Amino acid sequence: MNAGTAMDLAIVGAGPAGLAAATEARAAGLSVALFDEQPAPGGQIYRNVTLARSAAQARVLGKDYAAGRPLAEAFLASGAAYHPSSTVWRIGADGLSFTAPQGGGDLAARHVLVATGAMERPFAVPGWTLPGVMTAGAAQILLKTTGSVAEGAVFAGCGPLLYLVACQYLDAGARIAAILDTTPGGALAAALPLLPRALRQPGLLWKGAGLLARLRRSGVPVHRHVAALRFEGEGALARACWTSGGRDHALDCRQAFLHHGVIPNPNMTMAARAAHRWDAAQAAFVVQHDAHGRTSQDWLWIAGDGGGIAGARAAALSGRIAARAIARALGKAAADPAILLPDLARESAARPFLDRLYRPAPQFLAPRDEATILCRCEEVTRGALARAVAEGCPGPNQFKAFTRAGMGPCQGRMCGTTIAQVFADLTGQDPRETGYFRIRMPVKPVTVGEIAGLPRTDQQSAREQ
Amino acid sequence: MFRPLDPAPQPMVSVMLDGSPALLPAGANLAAALLAAGFTPFRRTPVSGAPRLPFCMMGVCFDCLAQIDGQANRQTCLETVREGMVIARQEGAA
Repeated sequence: MNAGTAMDLAIVGAGPAGLAAATEARAAGLSVALFDEQPAPGGQIYRNVTLARSAAQARVLGKDYAAGRPLAEAFLASGAAYHPSSTVWRIGADGLSFTAPQGGGDLAARHVLVATGAMERPFAVPGWTLPGVMTAGAAQILLKTTGSVAEGAVFAGCGPLLYLVACQYLDAGARIAAILDTTPGGALAAALPLLPRALRQPGLLWKGAGLLARLRRSGVPVHRHVAALRFEGEGALARACWTSGGRDHALDCRQAFLHHGVIPNPNMTMAARAAHRWDAAQAAFVVQHDAHGRTSQDWLWIAGDGGGIAGARAAALSGRIAARAIARALGKAAADPAILLPDLARESAARPFLDRLYRPAPQFLAPRDEATILCRCEEVTRGALARAVAEGCPGPNQFKAFTRAGMGPCQGRMCGTTIAQVFADLTGQDPRETGYFRIRMPVKPVTVGEIAGLPRTDQQSAREQ
Repeated sequence: MFRPLDPAPQPMVSVMLDGSPALLPAGANLAAALLAAGFTPFRRTPVSGAPRLPFCMMGVCFDCLAQIDGQANRQTCLETVREGMVIARQEGAA
């Protein structure tokens, strides 16, 4: 690739971090290209926010969602080259490679900013692969895209998003069968010392308290301190089973939504060989970065939840900070990124309190039930991992060779964090010592035709000939 | 089963769904449209043949894979409904 025609900055992801970074970088005079898998800007938190929607949908989704619209509109007006419906499968010091419906290719860039955000923490319990079991985030995406809801669903887990989506379901007039709250007993007491700092974000705490009060008032059965959660059914979800209040429960249901918080989606930064660390408070691997988002790779930057979970407003700020720092690294006159750091600290103030309050119980982070599927793609169980460890398997990478765990199409996204924690539980290690799978490019499955840069229609006609 | 919040009629387009003609909302997210149409399962796993439906709806889990226009392993949660789209259930490692 010709460095002379290289873009100053390539951004991956059109959520709040990517959108704010692109807009800020354009204002500093950088050439910017932004790639995103979705057809419209917003990421998951502001998904489809620029599209017209009915009054009923707008009421259910609320004003925090609508707040994403100016961010997306500023980006669309910024002059950044926008590549929607595009999948980035390689990043490097020379730029990136992507696929797109009209044909992919390579883009030369001097700096790459990964703003791929968060994913929901894998929630490995028996039956979590059954049709009818989804994440709470998926339920909300269905609200934001087609505006659809499921009747009689069970909401299980803990954390702000679970309560938010349940309230949005109530606002939509949908019946909720039960809320199975897995917040462990004693979590509030453990989190209380972190509350004073969290009070710097009174609006966020007030909103959370309002959601919990709304659920209490609603008459939806709420079961607390839920443990031993499992889902059963022949070919599809038929019932949820759990223990709480010292006894066993079972509830018939066709739809369940799971949530145990969100974690950074680490595949892209790991494949780029940036240094990562185990974050014990968030129980996740996180890419290491400086205050401005620069990773251990000089050309690679991170902004938003991908660099540690802090929410949408913090994500937009971290995007602006990274864009200013990148502009300065390129010798452009940009405002001082450090000016925004106090704002970022304030917008992240409640996070340690929330992390502690809603940290899933150890039995969910490192399941001990032998039949629980850890790797959804290759259907590898916790029992298989225990047997491999007993046979001397020294780590997650070798476990791949034993069982193919982590080698299916999701490339370990849905099992890597759980397998690291179960492995640590089995061996008495800290997850920091256990480590994660070694992730490689391509970070998304790609066909040979796509690598050759053929548009999909040409690939199809080539196949048909 | 998912139902729309607004029963307002939407423009529909013709697609082929597992060999039969069907109507889906134009421009909708394909996985969401298939869920609302009651298409189940989306695929069966290569290992045990277990049925799967979308889990994450955001491009991470790969449980929503189907064959689209003859191409296997497409993430339906990242596709948009188009006129004439040919969608087929994916049985095992297609």
